[in-house]
Amino acid sequence: MTAVPLGIPRRLVEFTLDGQDTRVPEGSTLLDACRAAGKDVPTLCEGDTLTPKNTCRVCVVEVEGARTLAPACSRRAEPGMTVLTDTERTRHSRKVVLELLASSVDMSTTPKVAGWLKEYDAKPDRFGPDAARLNEEPRVDNDLYVRDYDKCILCYKCVDACGDQWQNTFAISVVGRGFDARIAVEHDGPLTDSACVYCGNCIEVCPTGALSFKSEFDMRAAGTWDEERQTQTTTVCAYCGVGCNLTLHVQDNDIVKVTSPHDNPVTHGNLCIKGRFGYQHVQNRD
Amino acid sequence: MDLHFGDSKPTDEEREAVDAVLGPPESAWEVPPGMIADRGDADLRWARGGRAARERRDELLPGLHALNDRVGWVSEGGLDYLCRRLMVPPAEGYGVATFYSMFSVRPRPATVVRVCTDLACGGAALCGEVEARLGPASGVAVERSPCLGLCERAPAALVVRAGVPAALLSPTPPLPENPLARGPGVTADLLDGSSSNAGRAETLSSGRDLSAPPAFEERGLGRSPSAAEPQMSQPGRDGVGDKTYVTATLAPAAPDTLAQAALAPETAPSEPPAAMAVPQAGEEGLLLLSRIGKVDPTSLDDYRAHGGYTALRTAFAIGPAAVIREVTDSGLLGRGGAAFPTGRKWQATASQPDHPHYLVCNADESEPGTFKDRVIMEGDPYSLIESMTIAGYATGAHLGYLYLRGEYPRALQRLEHAVAQARARGFLGDDVLGQGYAFDIEIRRGAGAYICGEETALFNSIEGYRGEPRSKPPFPVEKGLFGKPTAENNVETLVNILPILTMGAPAYAAIGTAKSTGPKLFCVSGSVERPGIYELPFGATLGELLTLAGMPDNLRAVLLGGAAGGFVRPDELDIPLTFEGTREAGATLGSGVVLALDDTVPLPRVLLRIAEFFRDESCGQCVPCRVGTVRQEEALHRIVERTGADAAADIGLLREVGRTMRDASICGLGQTAWNAVESAIDRLGAYK
Repeated sequence: MTAVPLGIPRRLVEFTLDGQDTRVPEGSTLLDACRAAGKDVPTLCEGDTLTPKNTCRVCVVEVEGARTLAPACSRRAEPGMTVLTDTERTRHSRKVVLELLASSVDMSTTPKVAGWLKEYDAKPDRFGPDAARLNEEPRVDNDLYVRDYDKCILCYKCVDACGDQWQNTFAISVVGRGFDARIAVEHDGPLTDSACVYCGNCIEVCPTGALSFKSEFDMRAAGTWDEERQTQTTTVCAYCGVGCNLTLHVQDNDIVKVTSPHDNPVTHGNLCIKGRFGYQHVQNRD
Repeated sequence: MDLHFGDSKPTDEEREAVDAVLGPPESAWEVPPGMIADRGDADLRWARGGRAARERRDELLPGLHALNDRVGWVSEGGLDYLCRRLMVPPAEGYGVATFYSMFSVRPRPATVVRVCTDLACGGAALCGEVEARLGPASGVAVERSPCLGLCERAPAALVVRAGVPAALLSPTPPLPENPLARGPGVTADLLDGSSSNAGRAETLSSGRDLSAPPAFEERGLGRSPSAAEPQMSQPGRDGVGDKTYVTATLAPAAPDTLAQAALAPETAPSEPPAAMAVPQAGEEGLLLLSRIGKVDPTSLDDYRAHGGYTALRTAFAIGPAAVIREVTDSGLLGRGGAAFPTGRKWQATASQPDHPHYLVCNADESEPGTFKDRVIMEGDPYSLIESMTIAGYATGAHLGYLYLRGEYPRALQRLEHAVAQARARGFLGDDVLGQGYAFDIEIRRGAGAYICGEETALFNSIEGYRGEPRSKPPFPVEKGLFGKPTAENNVETLVNILPILTMGAPAYAAIGTAKSTGPKLFCVSGSVERPGIYELPFGATLGELLTLAGMPDNLRAVLLGGAAGGFVRPDELDIPLTFEGTREAGATLGSGVVLALDDTVPLPRVLLRIAEFFRDESCGQCVPCRVGTVRQEEALHRIVERTGADAAADIGLLREVGRTMRDASICGLGQTAWNAVESAIDRLGAYK
């Protein structure tokens, strides 16, 4: 059994959430409160192991008295505040933000997004056939993972995971400005010339599939990727003494990708190159 | 941090440029292997690292400027060297370099001509004509630029030539050993003539020498070399130890003179004095502009002879708490656009237990049509230095950052000179006026990013990160620059402190209206006879202001508040120019832009230019603004020649996108990007 760290007791903050009196531990975000109350608020750039960057703006909620909408993922609950999560105003913003994203980025591999587009009645096509898109080719410059820029929504999660929040490798950054901003390594070169250590923790946090295992990318291209046929087995990495958890995704008796449970109290879903990518010997049956 | 650097090496010029900002490398780890000596025994046992190295991150932007000033672009080798010196991951350094429009990470000619294509100038045609005259072989890059803040002399252009001017290359070596390059007193030292290159500096700009006679630009332009264009960069930590680039400002710019200036910026005609931008100059009763045109902007003594430094003496006499009380009682509201009560901001900063406190002066004046701060900084720079000292004293700050937009070379020159003089004469430094209060000012140059005028984006820019806004809360008074309590004020807000302290809060509060007190500066440009900066008490009507400036007979619309503001009709000229009056009228005062458009101006083109501006200047952080500004521009493109039912669908789309940008964007840029277009549709009936 995993020991659950309880931490120091926290005071409760009382506020009104959609007309209901709600109490959450001090420091909780509005998103925490919504989830605790069983409300589904869509999010893309929020990550359970990262500090919210609140760039996607799909989780916006209405805080009474505020001029603009507030991102639920990073706004903390304050005593006495009145929060509405499902008003015409929030639905409108979520709808248009989803349309803006889906009209500029390929969201075909983003989980849940198809449902949200339907739920909010979003019609990304209405910006017309000439609406600017990223239209970028995937960059395949190494054997381990692929950067498919056409799917990138610039959520900053990979940058944060590569930087001081987890990996401290600082191989990537947002470069450029505005619609031309992209995630890139220094001088926008190939990964193989960069500081990248191929830990794959950026893939772990990518919400859209813009970063994916080369194995997954190739299988999707070949049309053989089928999550229905995949099993997931969580085990312990055998490479060193840390004992990180690995979740092996297996399709047709082949490991097709490796993730790591985010609730592991030691590693929080982070792995190194060996745990993430060093599984080929398992499948070497000769 | 285990940083990875490529094999690229800086050129000698690039290394000199960076070293002049950062000082010589302390160990062989700070230079690419094999570039100077091999790593010795000491290097193998010790390296500067960790926090000590990373704490210099804020020197990244000055370092990028040094590279760009010297060679005209930011090369791989130069950037890697700068990052190595500062322990900044090269990917992040690249991210910062590509954020600013004045830097290029691709090779480009040493001379860049920036032609303003914004509302008052509309220099797109000029751009083409200059390009045609120069031709591809001229070695000059012509770029379209957002508003250069010279709207009263439209059309404007700025020529920047990177590299040490040829006149300075001989007979002495270009970069003498300068151990003081990073010391706080370096500017004064150099100006004092104690540095080895001071003699040479004197030949070109002796006005920067403290012992030189004051230059009365208003009483005979060009008589003193210091007032004459072109300007060379000043010594100090923001540039390298000596002049490494030449600028020439041309406004109004004609194709021929601009092409000539592009080829030889040293010979460009001199810029008219700042007072030319103030049609009221010399009039009685002005509070903020009273000295402009009367005082020599390069002379501290002249500033004092015109009433300078009386407010600071008052401040020292009554103490910091009383200063804040006076400012609060005066009812002063921030003039940068948000109209936040300055007294409350100062009180909140002063009462923070966390230390140190910082003062930041936001001089990143980039709202299209705004040039009031430039005129103050060029015409009366000491007033800003004095105001910042008072603000620092009141809020408990000992260091003030002055973040100046990169497109203001003359303001930079004037301010650097003024700071150096004030420092040398004890008006800045460890013991200001012998009162036991330490305060100093550091000038930081922006590099072409409208978003850096947003208060938190400005902090990130100073700290050496991409100039992206932070989410609030926490607010700057609690966690601002370097995560410390910070009071950030606009230039105009700060200079209002002087009359508040000299005349007293009640007398100041009696000016204007009950809710908008004091005088206000308005930047009038466009189709008027006398464009320029006007000082009027709050409460004057738009019509009164336009009458002063010479209103055209065929006025079509007035853009109030700049690109982030809104349009009003010619029949709405009785709108009182106060924060509450414009708000009631559904408009905004913003930064005080009053741009008059006559009926010859094609409105859809103006709206398209505003949309292009926001698309170019969006930082790209949040989706509503990053994609919304693009969709807004696309829709305006589609309907540029359409009206009525043909435009209705796109106007509906614009409304939906605009509402989302206003509601869901992180910062004011996205929140206001639709204001002007909306007001044009609703108030002016554009596309009807």
